[in-house]
Amino acid sequence: MDLSLSSGIPLQAFLVLAAVLFCTGVWGLINSRNAVRVLMSIELMLNAVNINLMAFSSYLDGQLIRGQVFAIFVITVAAAEAAVGLAILLSLYRNRDTVDMERFNLLRW
Amino acid sequence: MTIASTTQLICFAVLAFTVVAGALGVVLLPNVVYAAFLLGGVFLSVAGLYLMLNASFVAAAQVLVYVGAVNVLILFAIMLVNKREDLSAIPGLALRRVLSGLVCGGLFALLIRVAFTTPWVPGPEPVGEEATIRIGEHLFSDYLLPFELASVLLLMAMIGAIVLARRDVFSEDIATGESVDQGLIEKARTPLLLDRSGR
Repeated sequence: MDLSLSSGIPLQAFLVLAAVLFCTGVWGLINSRNAVRVLMSIELMLNAVNINLMAFSSYLDGQLIRGQVFAIFVITVAAAEAAVGLAILLSLYRNRDTVDMERFNLLRW
Repeated sequence: MTIASTTQLICFAVLAFTVVAGALGVVLLPNVVYAAFLLGGVFLSVAGLYLMLNASFVAAAQVLVYVGAVNVLILFAIMLVNKREDLSAIPGLALRRVLSGLVCGGLFALLIRVAFTTPWVPGPEPVGEEATIRIGEHLFSDYLLPFELASVLLLMAMIGAIVLARRDVFSEDIATGESVDQGLIEKARTPLLLDRSGR
């Protein structure tokens, strides 16, 4: 089965790249001490998902390109998420006077 | 192997390397400012990958929204909270890193297995340069409701961000009547935060 179409790049290459990006984002999300870096890791994960959507849209759904429409919605929601997340981070910094994730433990059991 | 496909392969290799190296830098670099700039590089490379996938409109949206808005927002957030603080050591940090690395490796293996064992059915030829027209048709026919909801969502996010990040500043101290320092916000707090509970 040939998935490479006219280009020489198979679909799996994009999927592997997106998987690497997503796993890097997950690792950074778990291990970052700085709250800004946590938000950056979330953006990495969203970009990985977008790469997947675009690859599927081009290789499997070439006429309707619903994946591209979906990617535009993901970009919109990501922009809203970044704005609200950074505003929350700012007000958290004012209240706790730190950006260390380990010290945001008010709700720890 | 023609020249065109070779060029495409080289472009993909360069972009993929930039994405992976930039993502690792974002996660691992100790300086968060460098991490933010590398994040911009990752966004630009992802836009290049979109161009390779016949999606010029989404590539332009990626550059405008991610590099132009989100990355600048992150840089401003770094500037507003740039207190140098020595992170206190916590016990079991190395063990936690190894464990989460194992979990991520497992997730990666799962994704790779799915990608290589699923029998993907090749679709029709991609539309190429007509993609922007198709996206416009989609947005104003079968995706009209999500499109309008997205505008409401953006408005809510904008107002929410303003409300969350704003702080009430009084021009004079309520208790003493003296004028209050209204300098830039994120420095050590003088009487800016007033107790308004009536005590």
